[in-house]
Amino acid sequence: MRGVSIVGIGQTPVGEHWSLSVRHLAHGAIAAAMHDAGIDRADALFVGNMLSGSLLEQEHLATLIADFSGLRGIEAAKIEAACASGAAALRVGCMAIASGMHDVVIVTGVEKMTDTPSGSTTAGLATASDAEYEAAHGITFVGLNALIMQRYLYEYDVPMDAFAGFSINAHRNGANNPNAMFQRAIGLKEYVNAPMIATPINMMDSSPVCDGAAALVLVPSERASEFTVGQHRGPVQILASASATDTLAVHDRKDPLFLEAAYLSSQRAYLQGGITPDEIDFFELHDAFTIMSALSLEATGFARRGEGWRMAAEEEIGVGGRLPISTMGGLKSRGHPVGATGVYQIVETVQQLTGQAGKNQVANARIGMAQNIGGSGATIITHLLGV
Amino acid sequence: MGIASAWRTKQQRYSLRGEVCPDCHQAIFPPRDICPHCGQQAGPVHAMSGRGEVFSFTKMYSVPDGFKNQRPYTVALVKLEEGPMVTAQLTDLNGDDVNIGMKVEMITRKLREEGSDGQIVYGYKFRPALAVAR
Repeated sequence: MRGVSIVGIGQTPVGEHWSLSVRHLAHGAIAAAMHDAGIDRADALFVGNMLSGSLLEQEHLATLIADFSGLRGIEAAKIEAACASGAAALRVGCMAIASGMHDVVIVTGVEKMTDTPSGSTTAGLATASDAEYEAAHGITFVGLNALIMQRYLYEYDVPMDAFAGFSINAHRNGANNPNAMFQRAIGLKEYVNAPMIATPINMMDSSPVCDGAAALVLVPSERASEFTVGQHRGPVQILASASATDTLAVHDRKDPLFLEAAYLSSQRAYLQGGITPDEIDFFELHDAFTIMSALSLEATGFARRGEGWRMAAEEEIGVGGRLPISTMGGLKSRGHPVGATGVYQIVETVQQLTGQAGKNQVANARIGMAQNIGGSGATIITHLLGV
Repeated sequence: MGIASAWRTKQQRYSLRGEVCPDCHQAIFPPRDICPHCGQQAGPVHAMSGRGEVFSFTKMYSVPDGFKNQRPYTVALVKLEEGPMVTAQLTDLNGDDVNIGMKVEMITRKLREEGSDGQIVYGYKFRPALAVAR
């Protein structure tokens, strides 16, 4: 197998882009990544996207984007794994390069969630759950996470504002990210006073509905030195790429408070990369809801069961902390354009590893981990990147 | 929910009809081809009693299309006494507080109306267990 390296990154600001369509968003990110890598052609385009069919009535998305982006003729396909679609597309790109099938692959993640009224978007997101046995009962994605969080509060006897620190950290970091949706810090008061969406999850526990696109250019590591035109930094190597699944429905889990798929995919990634958790300099985790931050830290070996919430403090997870997380704002503050999120995480990991993270730069960052979650823990994909 | 899908799953929604594994004897709901506990072929039909307890719950204020007229409502993970867990709405709460561990029982109610000329989907919800049954 060949090693895979990232030689170009691109992203659009995350937000409510009323004037841009899904094709414009994707092209914006792809053009930026191609410029960054100094390429004008590629062999294949893999697109991570969840909702174009249900919200935009547009499938066959990757071909549309290839055509619109001036890449007509290349191989193109959309990869869908709910909110893990972005990392799933990256994984397909990795397999294409590692296997020797392709030499230059563009991976993009794109989502357009604000074209539809909020009830339609909410129903679209709920399609990641079991349609017949979860969504049919009126549960939403926020609701499923709320069921998990309520049980967590009960089993571990955790105070109601235990998770505030995750949201505060995300906003503190997002304030310095020009591509973040919410570029402002928040305090405990704003968290405590936020309106309930589904008890006990309030607005400040929850990532926003938004639009965005991010893109990467992948090449074989042995050829990475050819692709550094216009960028004064080394390529970033993908040290590990691993994916795992759990039951689709939360009610079918043996233990709904343990992210089995996060455990499995992170263990596989540690093994592949020959890396232990204590070697990881920062962790871009999937903080779609604050409860997911706690569960991710527990399942990946950074916190004990029931104690992930104790890491929600600046000295632990801040940019200068023991394990910085959500360093560019995470899903909470940068935003969570669902199928694009996994690619944003990788773009930000590359920014950290190449000294492009500005005020949020993690000092001496050599190894970063990114983890993208589809559904409420049903598909979890872990990538380790290094320089 | 499509019309055929609603028809296909009616025994599950109306009477919690699941299975029991012939190999490991664990109850399964909803029915599966493969037993999730032991990996063998899942087994014969077995209806759940409809009794269970609240494993977790949430009161939902932001809801999907099709459920707006019920908002806000409470959805729970209900652990059935046979073992399987289901996701379902709680009903007939009459302002009672919901607690983890609360005993509940299944009742058939309207789940959603799909527009003025669409189907009306019925299925299981759970209510606090009646005193006589406690």
